Amino acid sequence: MIDKNTEQNNLEVIIQPNRSWFYIDWRGLLHYRDLLFLLVRRDFLSRYKQTILGPLWFIIQPLLMTIVFTVIFGKVAKIPTDGLPPMLFYLCGLLAWGYFASCLKATSSSFIENAHLFGKVYFPRLVVPLSSVISNLFAFGIQLVAFLGFYFYFKNFTLAGASINPNLFIFVLPLLVLQTAAIGLGVGLWMSALTAKYQDLKFVMEFLIQLWMYATPVIYSMSVIPEKWRPVLAINPMAPILESYRYAFFGTSSLNFNYLLISAVTTVFVLLSGIFIFNKVERTFIDTV
Amino acid sequence: MDKPIIEVENLSKLYRLGLIGATSLRDSVERWWYRMRRKEEMCKKVGAKHLMIEPDDPQAGPEPNTLWALKDVSFSVQKGEIVGIIGRNGAGKSTLLKILSRITEPTKGRAIMRGRVSSLLEVGTGFHPELTGRENIYLNGAILGMRKAEIDRKFDEIVDFSGVEKFIDTPVKRYSSGMYVRLAFAVAAHLEPEILLVDEVLAVGDFEFQKKCLGKMGDVAKEGRTVLFVSHNMGAINQLCNRAIVLENGQAKFTGSVNESIKEYLKGSVEIKKQYFQGPLSSVLDFQEVFVNGMTGSDIFIPSSSDITLSVTGSSNEDIPSFRVTFAVFKENIRVFTMHDVQHPQLLPKGKFKAEVTIAAFLLRPGEYSLTIGGYKGGGQEWICGSDVIVFGIMEEWSLKNESVNIGIINVPHNGSRKVIK
Repeated sequence: MIDKNTEQNNLEVIIQPNRSWFYIDWRGLLHYRDLLFLLVRRDFLSRYKQTILGPLWFIIQPLLMTIVFTVIFGKVAKIPTDGLPPMLFYLCGLLAWGYFASCLKATSSSFIENAHLFGKVYFPRLVVPLSSVISNLFAFGIQLVAFLGFYFYFKNFTLAGASINPNLFIFVLPLLVLQTAAIGLGVGLWMSALTAKYQDLKFVMEFLIQLWMYATPVIYSMSVIPEKWRPVLAINPMAPILESYRYAFFGTSSLNFNYLLISAVTTVFVLLSGIFIFNKVERTFIDTV
Repeated sequence: MDKPIIEVENLSKLYRLGLIGATSLRDSVERWWYRMRRKEEMCKKVGAKHLMIEPDDPQAGPEPNTLWALKDVSFSVQKGEIVGIIGRNGAGKSTLLKILSRITEPTKGRAIMRGRVSSLLEVGTGFHPELTGRENIYLNGAILGMRKAEIDRKFDEIVDFSGVEKFIDTPVKRYSSGMYVRLAFAVAAHLEPEILLVDEVLAVGDFEFQKKCLGKMGDVAKEGRTVLFVSHNMGAINQLCNRAIVLENGQAKFTGSVNESIKEYLKGSVEIKKQYFQGPLSSVLDFQEVFVNGMTGSDIFIPSSSDITLSVTGSSNEDIPSFRVTFAVFKENIRVFTMHDVQHPQLLPKGKFKAEVTIAAFLLRPGEYSLTIGGYKGGGQEWICGSDVIVFGIMEEWSLKNESVNIGIINVPHNGSRKVIK
């Protein structure tokens, strides 16, 4: 009670146009933190309600994808997997990529999907994409557990186990997950701001994500790329992340710290610029839908 | 005196009309192209192919197809006041609320809100059909700006108020629409803002529900909170507000006591403007002049002993295969009756037309009536409607057929008899 009253007494909201690009309503964001968690809960609860398998779908989806990849890229196209069991190789790639793709997809539709909500009530709009990133993190967690299950099986009970050499870099993975979320969020914010203005882009999104996947070492390893082309690939901030995952879990792939550094810088830039553009568009978005 | 709780200074909002979205990428590219080649005049013409607003319109903005939805509106509200905002469709009421509730940003000017603001532009915003009533109370409450602890504290009260205890753990998609609205309103009613912005959209729903909404707003005011209330419903404005602001063409035309404001609002009903009309047919059809017994303008008074002929002229851009014009007469916001120019929708040829209906003498009680004009295409999907296009009064007149003791909405001329039964 006391907390609320003091808050009310100090509150003075000034509504005016053309605020600076860098003005972000941090105080508002803090006030609406409960909404953030409730939206995460909503996303999580509503997604698989009335399905028999429920959250198991978080595992089944990437698993089916892995099987498809194993057959097509492993058995038919015979793309080398650094001597690792193809199944584990793709599962690891899809684990890392899946989180990025789901963040990007969810955040890029923030404005369009929530137009009805944004048109009726004010709250800091940034809450919505943030909640998508967090709720997808839960899915990632479930997938990670499933992956670890397969990982231990392959390591301890198959002949290929000898080629799997995890190392201490594994402890850096949480940071990489954070970075994945940051890139997904950053690019997603850009896309959502652009889609709000040019709705044509929503048809491009799915295709763009597909294309980006092939430009990222998900189904192949960086080692199949000729040395001179690798820096080009490293422009893609997701590429070093995928390589780092494999390095940490399997000890394969050569980890290039320069690439990781470039990737980190790109990430910060994309995320900050994404937040600012989103914030700019949020103010008048509702006039254009 | 304290600083006013709401201070609005020269608030303006410019809208760009036209096909936004599909063509805007092309327009953006075109605009950029002309700008690069420094052809300013061409740049301004981009997107002006479908001119929707005449340059001499009072609301016309600096570029073609731009419109001042709100222009230089200034006012201030003291703590504890209930201020009504009245005006026609397109006068800028909703735009004003949208800006004050921070849904969109003004183009010019500024507003200062000194307190926690909640806006009720629609109840049930953000309800998710798959979630249970309980989950939705939390979600909706948070969307409306409540903290979780606050919802925890009020949860039982909200459930009590809504009367859906039994179904609180059922997904709301299984609710009847009545239960849904009750639950949604219960959440909204338990907000404790210092400033409450209410749009009349809230007042949809059945009569009971409207009464509940209005009652709740009255309570809110008694607690010393400030309310800004947008409505077409003069009855509700009159009943609830201390003060009102009349918006016309995006400008604050009048600010003052409720009674004077309502008078001012109704006085403005002389010429029919295109923007009074809503509905899909408003792009095809145009109503121009309206007459009551041949008179137009304000201060029309008709003796109750006279037949009343309502007529309207208009024009249509194309042949409408089946159409009828609707006349609806309102008194104190009660729809007294509805009439049509033809019995069944029929062809309305392209060009000008005049539609007419007659009301028998002695049917209307003395008082002030307002006419709503509209029309619809056979099947009812396409319509046009404009509220309060003209106001007329029925004069008090001594007549055996219209006695002052025959109180009611309509008058039934005397036809009774009495016999003594042995």
